[in-house]
Amino acid sequence: MSIFEQLANRDQVFEFLTPVASPVDVRHGPILYMEDVSVSFDGFKAINNLNLTIDDGELRCIIGPNGAGKTTMMDIITGKTRPDNGSVWFGSRHNLLRMNEPDIATLGIGRKFQKPTVFEALTVFENLELAMAADKRILPTLTAIMKPEYRERIDEILEMIGLQALRDKPAGILSHGQKQWLEIGMLLMQKPRLLLVDEPVAGMTEQEMERTAELLTSLAGKQSVVVVEHDMGFVRSIARKVTVLHQGSVLAEGTMDQVSNDPDVIKVYLGEEA
Amino acid sequence: MATSQTWLLRPFQERSTQLFLGVLFAALVVVTFLHLFMPEDSALHVSAYTVTLLGKYLCYALLAVAVDLVWGYLGILSLGHGAFFALGGYAMGMYLMRQIGDRGVYGDPVLPDFMVFLNWQELPWYWQGFDMAWFAFIMVLLAPGLLALVFGFLAFRSRVTGVYLSIITQALTFALMLAFFRNEMGFGGNNGLTDFKDILGFDLRSDATRLGLFLATGIALAVGYVVCRAIVTSKLGRVSVACRDAEARTRFLGYRVERVQLIVFVVSAMLAGVAGALYVPQVGIINPSEFSPLFSIEIVVWVALGGRATLYGAVIGALLVNYAKTVFTGIMPDAWLFALGALFVLVTVFLPKGIAGLLQKRRQKDDDQPGAQEATA
Repeated sequence: MSIFEQLANRDQVFEFLTPVASPVDVRHGPILYMEDVSVSFDGFKAINNLNLTIDDGELRCIIGPNGAGKTTMMDIITGKTRPDNGSVWFGSRHNLLRMNEPDIATLGIGRKFQKPTVFEALTVFENLELAMAADKRILPTLTAIMKPEYRERIDEILEMIGLQALRDKPAGILSHGQKQWLEIGMLLMQKPRLLLVDEPVAGMTEQEMERTAELLTSLAGKQSVVVVEHDMGFVRSIARKVTVLHQGSVLAEGTMDQVSNDPDVIKVYLGEEA
Repeated sequence: MATSQTWLLRPFQERSTQLFLGVLFAALVVVTFLHLFMPEDSALHVSAYTVTLLGKYLCYALLAVAVDLVWGYLGILSLGHGAFFALGGYAMGMYLMRQIGDRGVYGDPVLPDFMVFLNWQELPWYWQGFDMAWFAFIMVLLAPGLLALVFGFLAFRSRVTGVYLSIITQALTFALMLAFFRNEMGFGGNNGLTDFKDILGFDLRSDATRLGLFLATGIALAVGYVVCRAIVTSKLGRVSVACRDAEARTRFLGYRVERVQLIVFVVSAMLAGVAGALYVPQVGIINPSEFSPLFSIEIVVWVALGGRATLYGAVIGALLVNYAKTVFTGIMPDAWLFALGALFVLVTVFLPKGIAGLLQKRRQKDDDQPGAQEATA
């Protein structure tokens, strides 16, 4: 039985997927709450009164034409861009607008970039080592030692993303698809509560795409996953709930069937494809 | 992968560090032996002049290691490391000036000659304390460290990186050069500090003191090398490389990139300060020309020639270029800068990984897989 079939088995709970005791308060349901968020660059409104709620454990797909504000939205959530107004909450306790990128990452929001970004000069193993949830201040990092249990966890993830054979090779030699996988593996090492995944299957083969879909669906439930994607086939294969962005605000929300029948959506986005 | 549990001991388990320390100490012993026990008329005798020259090279080597730490591993191309070197040198110079006491030309027991000449009545406040060796030696670390801390804090917090940072570092050292040229600054103006008599009670002109300084420099280089090696083989070293190659990714993993940059930058500046402090008593003078942007660029050329991100490459580069400089400026002084420029161009084009890259390639030839090479290309 391949590892991906194992992953697709929803009954199985991997140890590393159990979230660590986190201070994030999700008793009220949503893990991410964005209200009236706006941001403009030189007068251009990239995000315009955006309202978005992601429930704990949800797998949400976000689609929208180019320039709809998808990446800007991720920048706001991860602290890279500050909105002009509005509020962004992680659970009902953490105001993300008051935190910087490392704090937000430590709190449990992991982000995968559009272009696969791994540390090419370091080995696959070292990439995962750096991503591991740990004390990331300077002194503990300087004196950090590789404990057997860390090694086990890294090997576990290595197996899951299918890169055991390349464990001690520099990440720079990996293929495009393998880098995407390594990056997802790095996110999992962080033990995040919320995963933001920007175009995970761009440049992947059909087969790799299928594996990615299986992995992402298996993560949902344990973690909340937000996927931004252009590939409609891929979205259809994983999505339960889809949000359509257009000109910086939400145009429609619902199941794939609902949104693809929405006349507004057909006009601005799906219409172009049909 | 090294397996030692203590980060400071990890370098000693590496072959490259063992080899480096072995060669360095062997060289120190051989030079000492040839200097002390070979008759002066023997061809193998190493004169005091040569010992001091070698000591100067070792100072440069330590400075190159400091630059390699920030450039090779952190991706920060500092074109202003000469400033930290010179500050360390000035701290040492001030101590040596105060040691002169009333043996100066004007015989003032407290004021250095240039202050008497400028009609200064009392010692400026920032010269206080430099008559004590321990205070001066702390300042050797503290002055460059503090400058790096303030400068780095401002630069890294505003996320200034790449070529912009290089330009600011260049401007920093240039500004300091102009400032130190001014007589009102109280550092001897364009003459700098010179005419030193003794250090820690030892006569600076005696051969034994010169040999002692040479050996001290060798030991400082060894310690500096091991400290840098310990940093780069630790997890912090891997995080530095991560900052160098994908800063945003590192930030989203939860590391405070600007703090990593700051701490490594400060460590590097302090090492440069130590190199400067050991340099001054050996050459006998410190003046604002050490702040010149050209000198800082030269350091970068040493590191590029030796090979970045190896540390030992920086040492090789510093020794080779400076030896070439000594030889070249002896034969035809005007051509040196052209030779240096040509060297830099040739290395960049034909040896992008420097001499160290050449050594590594030879070692890896046997066990390298051709497939892996293609994928990187």
